[in-house]
Amino acid sequence: MIRLPRLSWRFIPVWQRNYLVWKKLAIPSILGNLADPMLYMLGLGFGLGRLLPDVDGIAYLTFLAAGTVAYSTMNAATFEVLYSSFSRMHVQRTWDAILNAPMTLDDVLFGELIWAVSKSLLSGLAILAVIWGLGLYGDFWLTLAIIPVVALVGFCFGGMGLVMNALSPSYDFFLYYFTLAITPMVLLCGVFFPVSQLPPLLQAVSAWLPLTHAIDLARPLVVGAAPRDIGLHVFALLAYGGSGYLVALTLTRRRLLR
Amino acid sequence: MLTVSGLCKRYGNTEVVRGLDLHVQRGECFGLLGPNGAGKTTTLRLLLGLIEPDAGSIELAGIAVPARAREARMKIGVVPQMDNLDPDFSVRENLIAYGRYFGMSRAAISARVPELLDFAGLASKADAQIPQLSGGMKRRLTLARALVHDPDMLFLDEPTTGLDPQARHLIWQGLRRLINAGKTIVLTTHFMDEAERLADRLAILDHGRVVAEGAPRTLIESHIEPAVVEVYGKGLASWTREVADSVCLRAETVGETLFCYTDNAQRVIGALHQASALRYLHRPSNLEDVFLKLTGRDLRD
Repeated sequence: MIRLPRLSWRFIPVWQRNYLVWKKLAIPSILGNLADPMLYMLGLGFGLGRLLPDVDGIAYLTFLAAGTVAYSTMNAATFEVLYSSFSRMHVQRTWDAILNAPMTLDDVLFGELIWAVSKSLLSGLAILAVIWGLGLYGDFWLTLAIIPVVALVGFCFGGMGLVMNALSPSYDFFLYYFTLAITPMVLLCGVFFPVSQLPPLLQAVSAWLPLTHAIDLARPLVVGAAPRDIGLHVFALLAYGGSGYLVALTLTRRRLLR
Repeated sequence: MLTVSGLCKRYGNTEVVRGLDLHVQRGECFGLLGPNGAGKTTTLRLLLGLIEPDAGSIELAGIAVPARAREARMKIGVVPQMDNLDPDFSVRENLIAYGRYFGMSRAAISARVPELLDFAGLASKADAQIPQLSGGMKRRLTLARALVHDPDMLFLDEPTTGLDPQARHLIWQGLRRLINAGKTIVLTTHFMDEAERLADRLAILDHGRVVAEGAPRTLIESHIEPAVVEVYGKGLASWTREVADSVCLRAETVGETLFCYTDNAQRVIGALHQASALRYLHRPSNLEDVFLKLTGRDLRD
């Protein structure tokens, strides 16, 4: 049974706990999280980009940079709520300790979700810094709108990932999610090439995937145009993330509080 | 301080807690004893409002649980069965992070940390990382962490399981200090000596029900004969057949040992001296005898 969460400001100490731990290992953590998408973007962007004509009217590196903002943000949130949250919940039993204090699971999961959003922001801002540094944008002021988009993408994939966290018996389980959800999205949602290159059926599937909505918001903002259907995309990302959080709350309650 | 009446909890068709009534006075140390699976941990989780009962009512420090569990948990410190200290934090940081979950300000927690470290005997380990601590130190830190918000009441779930005798004694000393300071304590354990040492009153739980309740001394006196002679060795079977019933008030054979309960141990020992191949151990009866009498000797795993 799904019931509405009772949110309170008490989620802040949960966020703070994760922040303090992260701060201790900030440098390796930043490098680990950010080097990977950056290398893909620059490697493919420069290497492949040389061979390609303009894609959708823009240089391939710029095209790819916009996709990478969404993709690296998705990964940052997903890794956080899968592996890291699972360690805290299942391995270290940190959540059990927190729940003995005047905290509810609603607070704990919301704190974890907002923490995932924070990690996404960091990841997105790093890619954005490269975009600014290399001048891969059309209009600087429009690129600032990428920051809330990045937070929204973190919320979306954080919420979805928490469902996997609630269901998982072990770390190995997460591989299914990556193979069956994350990797297909990377290939179907227009990170590396325009969705219009796909057969119509796959294009139809793609239209429903959250990463597509993320990229439909981020890419125009990089290129220097206002995105179309903003309301639809924002709604889709909020809906995926919000319903993920609700389902995760129910499943985690069943898992821990029984 | 704690009133529980008619508490029930079912999982599917299994009734884990079946009509539990408990009453714990302020300043009392109350022991919950029971074999594995008797419902001790489930009862504690119900009392904390972490799970919802199927029936019954709980009032903790005058607050209804689970309806107002959050408020109730403000007044309670919990030492869980499994260590769940934060391995990413040092000893001091563990206390600080935990205080925040109670809404305490950094300054308020920091003011309390030296006292807590001192209580736990960890003043010299304030900056140590958790994996460097021994099992006993971790337990003491967990106990100190439960006190961060200066609660009126403490719940401890098997606080000394897995500790060596030195570490157990240190925990007991800590608990005595808390009892002397007027804290109310609810403690689950399956160590009878622990319950006998610490608890003013205790309840023995089996299959989700209280099967006996009272002060440890009273329970021993009212449920069991004053002395036990444990008899074992060659010729036990024939001695059991021919002599045991005439000298024991109650005799119970468990594997290769005969437990002879009596109010006249000298008479039993005299009879045993006639059978030179038998060996024996004479001791006053204790809570464990009561426990085994009431809950049986079968394994509960």
